Amino acid sequence: MDRVKVISNRFFLPGLLLFILILLTTMPLFVQPYVVILLTTIIMYIILTLSWSIFSGPTRYISLASAAFFGVGVYVSAMLGQVLPLPVVIAVGGLVSLMLALFIGLLTLRLRGMYFIIFTFGVSELIRHFLLWWETNFTGTVGRWVVAVDHTTVYYVMLIIFMMALLAAYLVRRSKFGLALQSIGEYEEAAVHIGINVTILKTLTFALSAFFMGAAGAIMATRWTYIDPQIAFNPLFSFMPVLMAIFGGIGQLYGPVLGATIFALLEEVLTTEFPYYYMLLFGIILIAVILFLPGGLVGLIQRWRRGGLEG
Amino acid sequence: MRLLEGEKVTKNFGGLTAVHNVDFDINQGEIVGLIGPNGAGKTTLFNLISGALPATGGEIRYKDERITSLKPNKICKKGIARTFQLIKLFANMKVFENVFLASLFGVSTETNKSNAKKESEELLEFVGLSAVKTTAAKDLTLANQKRLEVARALATRPELLLLDELMAGLNPTEVAQAMELVTRIRDKGITVFMIEHVMKAIMSVCNRIMVLDHGVKIAEGTPGEITTNKKVIEVYLGED
Repeated sequence: MDRVKVISNRFFLPGLLLFILILLTTMPLFVQPYVVILLTTIIMYIILTLSWSIFSGPTRYISLASAAFFGVGVYVSAMLGQVLPLPVVIAVGGLVSLMLALFIGLLTLRLRGMYFIIFTFGVSELIRHFLLWWETNFTGTVGRWVVAVDHTTVYYVMLIIFMMALLAAYLVRRSKFGLALQSIGEYEEAAVHIGINVTILKTLTFALSAFFMGAAGAIMATRWTYIDPQIAFNPLFSFMPVLMAIFGGIGQLYGPVLGATIFALLEEVLTTEFPYYYMLLFGIILIAVILFLPGGLVGLIQRWRRGGLEG
Repeated sequence: MRLLEGEKVTKNFGGLTAVHNVDFDINQGEIVGLIGPNGAGKTTLFNLISGALPATGGEIRYKDERITSLKPNKICKKGIARTFQLIKLFANMKVFENVFLASLFGVSTETNKSNAKKESEELLEFVGLSAVKTTAAKDLTLANQKRLEVARALATRPELLLLDELMAGLNPTEVAQAMELVTRIRDKGITVFMIEHVMKAIMSVCNRIMVLDHGVKIAEGTPGEITTNKKVIEVYLGED
């Protein structure tokens, strides 16, 4: 019995992943453009949540700088979209965000708890207001046009970034650095005393997570075609990954993915079906999850599986 | 051979001088005790040695190399490990993972996972925690948590081990076991510098004892000398 179970488990997960992958890759061939666009948005949220959780999950440093990294990607795309080919634009978007994260990391990762949260939020807001001020006073126009790319291409690029982020998250988790990041979240002072260079580890992981956010921003800009600082650096892009990760559960890799998917779908359904009560319903659901599912959806699944095994 | 030495080591917290012009040295193979009343600056001195706090003045040398301004992770790799008075384990991680991490990151030479795994298993055996290695650290008894702190520190392959009140809060049986553990650590060739309040323990295992009071070193000597030292009796042991 045990043997059968082990074998089926071993093939179940990769099999499921492969199935989802094939489904996602072939999706644009047989669904309406609306669904492709919806999926693009969902995958964008998954990328933000997943990369947020690469750093903030194990270390418990709650970052609210996601909007800064995403927005920088958006702006890079708007500025370079006309002169450089798309893959280069996306790579540059990711790299500029990575550099920004290195800089912010070296400045702020000495801060802990509430101070770190507020500082990262402040950085996003600072960039947003700075750009607004700059555009108002120097370029003369607020906002920019972005070279449009067709929906299917945007979808596939987003999918590729997602798979890269998933692979990165997986590799970090199973490496010795994943364990070290977890020890930082448990007791940073002890971690540094057993020889872990916490400053470098935190900064590099923070930068890695920013890369995917920037890349996602760069491709998303081409779908929006018009952007301005309010759109690109919308504080929602900082809060959503945190909420989605908590909703899904941070303990497992699939938690943020599941959380972002269901959260984004829920948002879509609620805004289209109940446009007037959307925010109210959304809030109620969120509160219910936080109150009754402290481990998120992952916690629920684990509880159910344990219960299933006993019964 | 002299392993660690401090010269006029000083630490101020604002107007408060926690450690004042303290000179000390630790020789290889010794067990040195550090005693003193609460607030005497014992843990602060440990924090200065391990790099948890920067010194305000003075110099600490390890194997004739200045380590005063180094970060704790660097000092750990040089060969100084420590435990904490208030236990600082990775509470939600497994007992094995606590030691494994130290074994992976704390050593000065490159190591690989299978080596680190083997060493961690051996150390858990050494401190007597093999049976609970898959338990979460937070679920251990106090005595076992203290053993785990020791195993984690040893996993960084130190030459000098700083033990901060290893025996506080333990019952007499556990204290005896802890004393035996300290001597076994010394027998491995590791030098021990320990803060302790349990007098019986410190008197019987230490070669030498240093006494701090209000951040100043007031006495130093063999356990016999310390128990008869007038100054020590006055400030520390009391005459009640």
